[in-house]
Amino acid sequence: MRDSLPMKNTSATPLGAGAKRSTSSGGLQAWLPRLVLAPSVAISLFFVYGFMLWTFVLSLTSSRMLPSYDFVGFGQYARLMANERWWVASTNLMIFGVLFVVVCLVIGSLLAILLDQKIRQEGALRTIYLYPMALSFIVTGVVWKWLLNPQLGIQAMVQSWGFESFRFDWIVDPDMAIYTLVIAAVWQASGFVMALFLAGLRGIDDSIIKAAQLDGASLPRIYWRVVMPCLRPVVFSAVMILAHIAIKSFDLVVALTGGGPGYATDLPATFMYAHAFTRAQIGLGSASAMLMLGGVLAILIPYLYSELRSRKHG
Amino acid sequence: MSTFKKTTLALALAGATLATTAQANEVEVLHWWTSGGEARAANVLKELMEAEGYGWQDFAVAGGGGETAMTVLKSRAMSGNPPSAAQIKGPEIQEWGELGLLGDLNGVAEVEGWDELLPEVVADIMRHDGQYVAVPVNVHRVNWLWANPEVLEAAGVEMPTSLDELFEAGEAIREAGFVPLAHGGQAWQDATVFESVVLGGQGSEFYQQALVELDPEALGGEQMVAALEDFKRMRELMDEGMSGRDWNVATAMVIEGVAGFQLMGDWAKGEFTAAGLTAGEDYLCAAAPGTEDAFTFNIDSLAMFRVTDDEEREAQEALARLVLEPTFQEAFNLAKGSIPARPDLDMSEFDSCAQQSLADFQRTAEEGGLVPSMAHGMAVRADVQGAIFDVVTNYFNDADMPAEEAAERMVSAAEAASF
Repeated sequence: MRDSLPMKNTSATPLGAGAKRSTSSGGLQAWLPRLVLAPSVAISLFFVYGFMLWTFVLSLTSSRMLPSYDFVGFGQYARLMANERWWVASTNLMIFGVLFVVVCLVIGSLLAILLDQKIRQEGALRTIYLYPMALSFIVTGVVWKWLLNPQLGIQAMVQSWGFESFRFDWIVDPDMAIYTLVIAAVWQASGFVMALFLAGLRGIDDSIIKAAQLDGASLPRIYWRVVMPCLRPVVFSAVMILAHIAIKSFDLVVALTGGGPGYATDLPATFMYAHAFTRAQIGLGSASAMLMLGGVLAILIPYLYSELRSRKHG
Repeated sequence: MSTFKKTTLALALAGATLATTAQANEVEVLHWWTSGGEARAANVLKELMEAEGYGWQDFAVAGGGGETAMTVLKSRAMSGNPPSAAQIKGPEIQEWGELGLLGDLNGVAEVEGWDELLPEVVADIMRHDGQYVAVPVNVHRVNWLWANPEVLEAAGVEMPTSLDELFEAGEAIREAGFVPLAHGGQAWQDATVFESVVLGGQGSEFYQQALVELDPEALGGEQMVAALEDFKRMRELMDEGMSGRDWNVATAMVIEGVAGFQLMGDWAKGEFTAAGLTAGEDYLCAAAPGTEDAFTFNIDSLAMFRVTDDEEREAQEALARLVLEPTFQEAFNLAKGSIPARPDLDMSEFDSCAQQSLADFQRTAEEGGLVPSMAHGMAVRADVQGAIFDVVTNYFNDADMPAEEAAERMVSAAEAASF
């Protein structure tokens, strides 16, 4: 089958092909793509946008255990703003999001640059760094939960080597626990960022670098002033992908800390789940979900805008 | 966010698929009796149903406090396909009743004489609007202290009868090289310890005012501050690795002799039994320090959803009848560690802990001191309970928060949660 297609194409003259398309199957050819796409469009309209709208409607009601349509205006949003746990969750998202994105970018780009030095066994090394991405956040969370447990993991190991005063108990310290999420998430995602950067680096024309070398620029200077500016689109996509991973983070928190100690590592996603599903406060949960959607849009819209604009220029 | 949408959708779809496979003379029972002892206990009911020729479709959803199970139940109810029976308890029965989703069991209740059989406090919880809508399965006591006698002996301490004695004993156990109090750092476990401390230090009258009636003066008062300070001291008795630990793992620490005590409801006994230990010899039980004259109850019950099919209804009524029959009550409660919901049973088969539990249940029901457990959803609605959990667990884990501030937050939690 695969062989016959190109043969057909080569045998038919361009003129003949064009005539065939316009006469026999004009209507169908124009409608077929729309027909094929229609179910998936309808499904996503209903299940994604329809449910978004429903969530918004629910956020304006006093819904408790099951949805009700007793409208209370923006009362649930006011309650949310007065809720201390919501602020803990939002602050945590800021800390986690910013650190996760920045650290991943730094580590990922450094790894990519080092791997790009035409070293031996590059393929094997690349695979090693990329593998954490193949794990789900649940697995990462459980593994790091054990590693960070003061009585089982790193602290216990170093102490058993004789460093009795060594302490690494962030996971049980409410002030530090949020950083354990950063550690686990960075471990998982920085290999992926490295792959993105590596692909970007390979796309850079060698002659630019050679020209810079001829001009006597040092290697760090070449990377900083010549290579990195060429990688701006890569940085941009990496930030977008990492930012939405950060906002959606739920499984990692559930597996690693369970939102604890107390609710010190709560994120908006876990807050929303707890209130909508286990505490019979669907109204409040929906309000928090709408604010999360707002957060996602705040990142997505500038991204789409710049994407569309650059395509027009291109 | 889209992940949640997908999860909810998947749950709803899974619910719809399961419901279509249910047959007429079958009951589908949603429950969260999934840990070792509990699963065996639930199986007893299944066997009894099958012996009478009814089908039993098990719908077990894991997760200790039943949070996941409730989520599944809600999506099933929303999609119009609730199971025939579900493990629902306490004030939640009233909430489901208000939605008009529960069917009544008055027929069975009259034939079997539930009004005479059940203690008034239990019957009240099972009724919505004067109609029986649920059947009690068992009575759990929450304010228990479990202990490993070998650890106590090695440390040279006795079972404590007051909070002060507990702190002293804890110090001795720590010096002997054990963990004094096994605990898991999850919000509901924190709350379980908290309510036993409130009860032990401040008495059942205060407990009733503060955690059941939500009286702001009690919640923000001096007694609450004192209780919170005692509660914070419990931290000294726990180990570092408790963060996120499940309750049965903490019980295993007592079983294995790593830890001396655990404050946990009597479902912990199911774990001791499953490990082949004998009450009074291999492990000890006593009312939580300072709570001999009080009993925090946690009653598991099966609520029946309204069904239209006659055969399905018959199976449902058979289930309700069998649940209260002595055969099941004895077998189930022996396996689960709780006491029967009907007080007229012969208790000779039960161990010393359960016998003491039943005696205390009857005594506190008459003399006062029988109170619903806040931590296990028997006292207040889910949203208020959640708000109190937030304050309790945050205070417990925050080394810098003064007790006065936590007490103030407790007051606003009780107010803010209701809408």
